[in-house]
Amino acid sequence: MKKKADVVVIGGGVNGCAIAYNLAKKGLDVALIEKKYLSSGATGCCGAGIRQQWSTKENVELAIKSVKIFEKLSDELKEDIEFRQGGYLIIIHNDKEMEQAKENVRMQKSLGLTVDILQPDQIIDIVSILDIKGMKAIGATFCPKDGHANPFKTTFAYAKAAKSFGASVYTHTKVTGIQTEKKSITEVNTDKGKIKTSIVVNSAGVWSKQIAEMVGITLPNKPYRKEIMATERLKPIFDAMVISFKDGIYFSQQKEGQIVGGIPIPEEISGYHTAPTVSFLEHMSKTLTSYAPCLKHVNLLRHWTGFYDVTPDARPILGEVEKLNGFIQCNGFSGHGFMLCPMVARILTDYIADNKSTQILEKLNLERFKGKNFDKEVYIVG
Amino acid sequence: MKKIVCRCEDITEEDIIKAIDEGYTDLEELRKKLRIGMGPCQGRVCIQLVIRIIEDYTGKKLSKVSYPNPRPPIIPVSLGTLASDKHEKKG
Repeated sequence: MKKKADVVVIGGGVNGCAIAYNLAKKGLDVALIEKKYLSSGATGCCGAGIRQQWSTKENVELAIKSVKIFEKLSDELKEDIEFRQGGYLIIIHNDKEMEQAKENVRMQKSLGLTVDILQPDQIIDIVSILDIKGMKAIGATFCPKDGHANPFKTTFAYAKAAKSFGASVYTHTKVTGIQTEKKSITEVNTDKGKIKTSIVVNSAGVWSKQIAEMVGITLPNKPYRKEIMATERLKPIFDAMVISFKDGIYFSQQKEGQIVGGIPIPEEISGYHTAPTVSFLEHMSKTLTSYAPCLKHVNLLRHWTGFYDVTPDARPILGEVEKLNGFIQCNGFSGHGFMLCPMVARILTDYIADNKSTQILEKLNLERFKGKNFDKEVYIVG
Repeated sequence: MKKIVCRCEDITEEDIIKAIDEGYTDLEELRKKLRIGMGPCQGRVCIQLVIRIIEDYTGKKLSKVSYPNPRPPIIPVSLGTLASDKHEKKG
């Protein structure tokens, strides 16, 4: 293990690997520490979707810029990350949702997004197997440039590219402590050795809270178990991700043909739970077959759980904290870390390497929770 | 001659060795890279073979802890069957 580094990144999910890549590309000496294997946390369990339709401006901006990067990422990283743009179809069930959708579409369009409100009969043109009555739909919003990519391949590709620029990646290595002096970081301790550094990126997903506690900083993040299922492979039927904020469901067909989707269970409480539940199977199968009745003949193959690292406003915590110089947060993605990672990694890299701050960083730093008034992201599923 | 290890995803012994050479030596990493164990058999056909290939090729014994988690259901079940459950919770 190397003795010193300019930056130590904690967590080998897609965000940690993307930051390690961007920093190494800028010429910084980077060490990435991952306690298990790359993508072993939330990244490896996620639904693979990439969405730009949000209710808060910062998320829309981060997502639009991330998609611009995703569009060229396979070329940039020289690995196929299976990015494709089949769109996101957001089902609208009642007048209240329609009002909110109109307002959000106006805001999203003002930021340059191509997004439209669809009538019920137009929904079928996008995804033919949907049942308007079964979904109780009165309309939908659709952004054709939303899409998917393969989360494992994206993570592995970022890590491989980071290594090609000289970053060191240590998997199966646990961070055991972070040493500080006055208001600065001096060293990161692991079970495999010590690394001297003055900058630490905390991108450890639901375990970020424990990393922050090592230096006496309390993050408001809470872990939530989220469940997801995959069916057997089918011939290609639809390209879009279908989601509903009222029912909490999301589902789409992956490149290989399987349908992957999730839904929250009503009795979920915060905690590090990992066991799949029968309640999920019941809710998912009932809701999914009401949305697309023909899927009742399709076999469910497997069902697994992952975590959402949820903050009080369901938006990520990014940037340096006030209490400790060089302690950079990159966590609290609340279920959307994969889709936002390309731009988040660039913003944080600009900050670390060039000391450049942006309005998004200022809006999404930890200190925002000191006040009572923060904008809450309400467009959440799963 | 090709030796098929994972019949669901059509993965050969050669594919696995190539991935190990690229640095994917963890069973879960290989699973995520090659989709072994993600098909209808849920790993019942391939996982033991993959473990043997990793152990033979790398010379290190895999700990049982690193084996993939079993993911329900044990056998494929149709969504219609799952949705037909009339069980209602009390209260």
